Amino acid sequence: MREYDLVIIGGGPAGLAAAVAAHEAGLKDILILERDNELGGILNQCIHNGFGLHTFKEELTGPEYAGRFIEQVKKLDIPYKLNTMVLDLAADKTVTAMNREDGLFQLHPKAVILAMGCRERPRGALNIPGYRPAGIFTAGTAQRLVNMEGYMPGRRVVILGSGDIGLIMARRMTLEGAKVQVVAELMPYSGGLKRNIVQCLDDYGIPLKLSHTVVDIEGKKRVEAITIAQVDEKNRPIPGTEERYECDTLLLSCGLIPENELSRSAGVDINPITNGPTVNESLETSIPGVFAAGNVLHVHDLVDYVSEEAGAAGRHAADYIAAGCKAEDHKALPVKCENGVRYTVPVAIRPDAAGENITLRFRVGNVYKNKKVAVYAGDACIFSRKRPVLAPGEMETVILKTSLLTDHPEAEGITVTLEEA
Amino acid sequence: MEEKNLICINCPLGCPLTVTLEGGEVKTVTGNTCPRGEAYAKKELTNPTRIVTSTVKVKGGKLAMASVKTATDIPKGKIFDCVKAIQDIELEAPVAIGQVVLADVCGTGVDIVATKNVPARG
Amino acid sequence: MVDIVIIGAGVSGCAIARELSRYKADVLVLEREEDVCCGTTKANSAIVHAGYDATNGSLMAKLNVAGSLLMPELARELDFAYEQNGSLVVMMSEEDRPALNKLYANGVANGVEGLRIVERDELVQMEPNISDEAVAALYAPTGGIVCPFGLTFALAENAAHNGVKFQFDSEVTNIEKIDGGWKVSTVKGDVEAKVVVNAAGLYSDKLHNMVADDNMTIIPRRGDYFLLDHTTQGFVSNTIFQLPGKYGKGVLVAPTVHGNTIVGPTAIDIEDKEGTNTTQAGLDDVRAKCGMAVKNVPLRQTITSFAGLRAHEARHEFFIGEIKPGFVDCAAIESPGLSSSPAIGRMVAGIVKDILGLEVDLSFDPRRKGILDPKTLDDETHAALIKENPAYGTVICRCETVTEGEIIDAIHRVPGARSVDGVKRRVRAGMGRCQGGFCSPRVMEILARELGVDQSEITKSGAGSELIVGVNKDAI
Repeated sequence: MREYDLVIIGGGPAGLAAAVAAHEAGLKDILILERDNELGGILNQCIHNGFGLHTFKEELTGPEYAGRFIEQVKKLDIPYKLNTMVLDLAADKTVTAMNREDGLFQLHPKAVILAMGCRERPRGALNIPGYRPAGIFTAGTAQRLVNMEGYMPGRRVVILGSGDIGLIMARRMTLEGAKVQVVAELMPYSGGLKRNIVQCLDDYGIPLKLSHTVVDIEGKKRVEAITIAQVDEKNRPIPGTEERYECDTLLLSCGLIPENELSRSAGVDINPITNGPTVNESLETSIPGVFAAGNVLHVHDLVDYVSEEAGAAGRHAADYIAAGCKAEDHKALPVKCENGVRYTVPVAIRPDAAGENITLRFRVGNVYKNKKVAVYAGDACIFSRKRPVLAPGEMETVILKTSLLTDHPEAEGITVTLEEA
Repeated sequence: MEEKNLICINCPLGCPLTVTLEGGEVKTVTGNTCPRGEAYAKKELTNPTRIVTSTVKVKGGKLAMASVKTATDIPKGKIFDCVKAIQDIELEAPVAIGQVVLADVCGTGVDIVATKNVPARG
Repeated sequence: MVDIVIIGAGVSGCAIARELSRYKADVLVLEREEDVCCGTTKANSAIVHAGYDATNGSLMAKLNVAGSLLMPELARELDFAYEQNGSLVVMMSEEDRPALNKLYANGVANGVEGLRIVERDELVQMEPNISDEAVAALYAPTGGIVCPFGLTFALAENAAHNGVKFQFDSEVTNIEKIDGGWKVSTVKGDVEAKVVVNAAGLYSDKLHNMVADDNMTIIPRRGDYFLLDHTTQGFVSNTIFQLPGKYGKGVLVAPTVHGNTIVGPTAIDIEDKEGTNTTQAGLDDVRAKCGMAVKNVPLRQTITSFAGLRAHEARHEFFIGEIKPGFVDCAAIESPGLSSSPAIGRMVAGIVKDILGLEVDLSFDPRRKGILDPKTLDDETHAALIKENPAYGTVICRCETVTEGEIIDAIHRVPGARSVDGVKRRVRAGMGRCQGGFCSPRVMEILARELGVDQSEITKSGAGSELIVGVNKDAI
């Protein structure tokens, strides 16, 4: 068993940014464990542009964005192991992992950063009736096949779900010679970014049908046709609204699920809304010394925010080790969500443990127009900002000055809410 | 006077823009939160452009494909020509980010560049 | 001319093949699909019925009880996943007591061991998630659960090991009487055999009708199911049925040998023998009924839903026997066919042995070792295995922790995996919560490499189910 200061599980955007930040904060004994055969995670298959405007002030593609961080990791000589699967994380932070070279091995780090990312919701979890032929792929699987292996998974495509990967794949498949016939979305609004609807669907004349779902999959060997139908307010298909599309492929972009099997095995508390760990302002989970960042914590829209969040996790992990790995006994204020705010990260804030600013990220549960995002410390409003449009597909960020909280020592909790503007 | 609504695609904010036109000329742009929104609206209504991303084959590399992009945006109408132009390109590994894959694609004056490092195999 | 042709490589055909491999005979199994267990065997409740249900005195009752008794020893011999977890038939209303007593009596008459009726208090002890309305239950400690794929692969591999040949993608198109036997025409050419065994599942009527004087009709009876993630492990420990009664007929809720929970099936008679599509109505029906005997079924943990077809015949009885000289039917094998399969294999092999006067083959090896699952090893042995064969150190399927070593083993078995589904059914790669999202491209790559073909030829489940249709920009 090898001792480490910090083990980072996952070498995608979150893991890389966490490693760089922890290193810059003075931590040198770091190991990144990556299950794939290269660093960069899912960014390697996201070959479209739109990354990095926030972090690097220029527009990069996924592999370029990952490349910047990989370069830093290499320059800083931060060790990493590829093709390495973490099999177990124990409550005492023992990491059991496996690869070809080292076989089965255990590590005992002082701190762990969870950066495992997320996975896509598969067809089975969506309970779409019909046959189970070849030609049904999650958008991400298709993205890997096309962008990294150069294989076309289909010629005539129907897409269910308007998450960003689905929108991006509509354009990718079109540019590689496929005909994307329609994108159906169960909800009355898109789960993706507006810019992606414009440049991935509108540019190519691909219709987006909101409040629609797939009601039948035909084809015994390979997909032959997909039938979609409009749904009512309870998401039940409305008879008579069926439209049948002859096609050979159904791509699914119906949501991402943080991959927290290891977190659960360690006994980390999970927020049932995000499916990610509950964390405090330092991105520390219910187990002291275990931190989480990126899509394993909550699904992000923008990798720039993943990097930012993971950088913070890296610095907090370094602080934790520098302070002697002690669980500090600060007063923690629970963060409550109200009026359409679905969740917040973090779920608790310890003003005395926070730095100058506290970043609160959250999502809303529906589309709201002309609202005000308000944050209360106890009964005192400490922050408010007008938002013309809020949508579930777009994460909101509020940066609070910690002094706003310390000014209200009587407050027993924090509330994030939406109010009429 | 004509009015058009656009979504700015410059960044993930996706600002809803309202543009007024007169005789095909952009008069006012509102709804943008930064100057890039105004520039986008003017361009989108006169000469819309896009960055194109795609893949090309790689010979002898650790990966079979390398991702590429147009170094800057090209006219929207040339997107498919641009993809056709790189259809038969096969790069020799190693490939480095920024390497020019095809200069001046379709007479746009814009180069196609690699966006992925692909080391040689073995 | 071969001695015996068995048509159908489902659990019945493979059980018969394995039993016949005990004798000196050339045995050929013909299968229309690309692999074994692609029909009825592939999608069912994965349980071993104790045998209290089938009508006393029927062949079904006899073979079910016998099959259930043979299963534990067979699982040891052939190394497949089987567990005697017990089953409960839950009574939801005191009014139904006579029906429960009748079921008990039928089971005792059938020779099922250990049957008893448990009252509510004990029932709640056994199954904390049992419905608040549950009154009592018939408990069958010999009820079991099995991996239907594992059982069938084990039978097929052991049969192949003992000389049986398998020929896939070989749909039978005609059967004709010839001198000294039968000419069996397939889409891949003709085969002559002294004895033909019809174990064609849903299509056993078609083959029967090619040679028999009468007409048989197999009705595909569809059942829709939900399969839940193994985060639900322990939700129930017995297989839980609901006694048909005042509140109608329920669906079963059972653990699987791999730690998942299975919920279903419906029973809908259809016409299409390939109609393995789930329907909204079917899934809704399972959803509505699963909460009858068990409360709060965690359907949110569903990782997949699927439908299977039972080969139902109006008499609801197995049809086994020599219907023409040298032509043996093993038809209408519906539930409890999986449970009965070890006994079906023996019975049919016995008939064939008598027809041909077969001699015992002393070189028969009854043992088969399953695909090594490194998760079952202690750390030291596990480490040594990876050192010896590094492929066991590379995890391909994250959700089920399946390594490259296991996948390579699955591909090189005889009969081996040739498709993504073939790999999935043998080693569970893609069987987990992401349903192959991450691993299917890797599995395709390994299949292509090990089989020496291009990745574009790799299918999900045989010809026509290719996963890749071309390369980038080939059609612009």
